[in-house]
Amino acid sequence: MSEKEVKNMEDIFEARIARDEKIEPKDWMPEKYRQTHIRQISQHAHSEIVGMLPEGNWITRAPSLRRKAALLAKVQDEAGHGLYLYAACETLGITREQMYEQLHTGKAKYSSIFNYPTVTWADIGAIGWLVDGAAIINQVPLCNTSFGPYARAMVRVCKEESFHQRQGFEIMLTLCNGSSEQKAMAQDALNRWWWPSLMMFGPTDAESVHTEQSMKWKLKRKTNDELRQQFIDQTVPQADILGLSIPDPDLKWNEKEGHYDFGAIDWDEFWQVVKGHGPCNKERMDARVSAWENGTWVRDAAMAHAEKKEMKNRKAG
Amino acid sequence: MANTDLYNYILGIADNSLILGQRLGELCGHGPNLETDIALTNISLDLIGQTRSYYQYAASFSEEYKTEDDIAFLRLEREYRNVLLVEQPNTHFGFVIGRQYLFDVYHYMLMDELQNTKDDTLQAIARKCIKEVSYHKRFSGDWLKRLGDGTEESHQKMQEAINGLWRFTNELFELTESEDAMIKAGIGVDVSKMKEHYYAEVSLLLNEATLQVPERKNFTSGGKKGTHTEHFGYILSELQYMQRTFPNMTW
Ligand SMILES: [Fe+2]
Ligand SMILES: [Fe+2]
Ligand SMILES: [Fe+2]
Repeated sequence: MSEKEVKNMEDIFEARIARDEKIEPKDWMPEKYRQTHIRQISQHAHSEIVGMLPEGNWITRAPSLRRKAALLAKVQDEAGHGLYLYAACETLGITREQMYEQLHTGKAKYSSIFNYPTVTWADIGAIGWLVDGAAIINQVPLCNTSFGPYARAMVRVCKEESFHQRQGFEIMLTLCNGSSEQKAMAQDALNRWWWPSLMMFGPTDAESVHTEQSMKWKLKRKTNDELRQQFIDQTVPQADILGLSIPDPDLKWNEKEGHYDFGAIDWDEFWQVVKGHGPCNKERMDARVSAWENGTWVRDAAMAHAEKKEMKNRKAG
Repeated sequence: MANTDLYNYILGIADNSLILGQRLGELCGHGPNLETDIALTNISLDLIGQTRSYYQYAASFSEEYKTEDDIAFLRLEREYRNVLLVEQPNTHFGFVIGRQYLFDVYHYMLMDELQNTKDDTLQAIARKCIKEVSYHKRFSGDWLKRLGDGTEESHQKMQEAINGLWRFTNELFELTESEDAMIKAGIGVDVSKMKEHYYAEVSLLLNEATLQVPERKNFTSGGKKGTHTEHFGYILSELQYMQRTFPNMTW
């Protein structure tokens, strides 16, 4: 294709998106669109998979059978989210193995929130309430994103995330209605998870590199700061219901703006974690890599067995 | 307690589900691929669900324990009645599959028979369980074939697991006093009668998987009477951690 033809295709492509048409895997798309989507969708898939680890950490210690079952179901949902997202990403011409390779070598990122440790049972409540809560705010707009497979995956994922969010809040509520030790455990979890949750929306708009292009492709509908504000405005009243205090002395309702004002986010911490120096980056990667490496003989066996079976069938046929 | 035998009988079945579910719960997020991770978590979830149904029933007439969680979390090690097989560790994926299959074949037969019990609650539970267990057995059996008749390495690992776990299989068919009493009452299943059928079915699949069927000797047992392997205390220390650290609270 000549440069002019490409330009033409791009114009047609952008016009389709502007008309709210879905882009499907077989459609022509600009290389940058493909690469941006591979990056974002695989990063999202990795987040689901790495996100299984901090919560999986409490399955064997869940305090009741009901909670154990719910946590198993939740972690299983997250694995399912990973599965649809990897499948959506594969339609763009990358294999799951390649995506894992990128994760394991640190080339692909995942949500930094999962680099914090789950040290008490209340962390399971806080993650559901805050982390799934923040994820929903990030993801609901993606149900209308331009790339069809991603948009459809998001519809399903968001339904389950909102269930997780309610379940997490309910864990917190039970703790807050419980003994003083339980309530203290809940407050401590909020103290540790609040700021990292705010960081889930990414750097401030002034520092965010991808925003403009992403807006055009409907990978983003609101800016990081708008989404963060929405999260805070939604979550503070929930903390009030729980009777917990948000660990931010500058948090204050702003009557004129109709929003909460909040204190400065520690962006140094954010970048440290993004760059791999958070409390659990190494543990998360080690766990993923060793699951993959320890599983090699299993995957090889499955492949060898399938080949043998196929040979037999062919002979028989 | 009026129904000690029934209570013990229910726990004998339920504790297997609890402990195997707990063992599988350790693996969540660490499987060889996403699909097996999801499947094993799902099996764990089924088993914990079954456990809850049994314990709720047992708690409904127990004088000692009032809730499913009391039964699950507050007993002493010697009071758990699961077979030794289900408490064996996740040494590697071959052991996970071997343990699962050797249990699933038994579990399926048990649920199949338990559907004929005179006890309405147990019957209802068995009817629900059998669907789940038939899926578990298909999953573990398929993987056993893949690993047995896969690569040389997987074959050797799978054989190692079968050899290691085999000695725990006979316990599945040993009858306790409460089982005897419940069989007489038309409530319990006489698992001792399932033994030949079990070994025949397992041997058939092991053969298909190109694996050797170990000799039926040198068996060990004790779990059903509350004498567990050294692994068990560690399982309980995780399982009971919250309830022991924070007694009498609602979660
Ligand atoms: Fe998710
Ligand atoms: Fe997500
Ligand atoms: Fe979630």
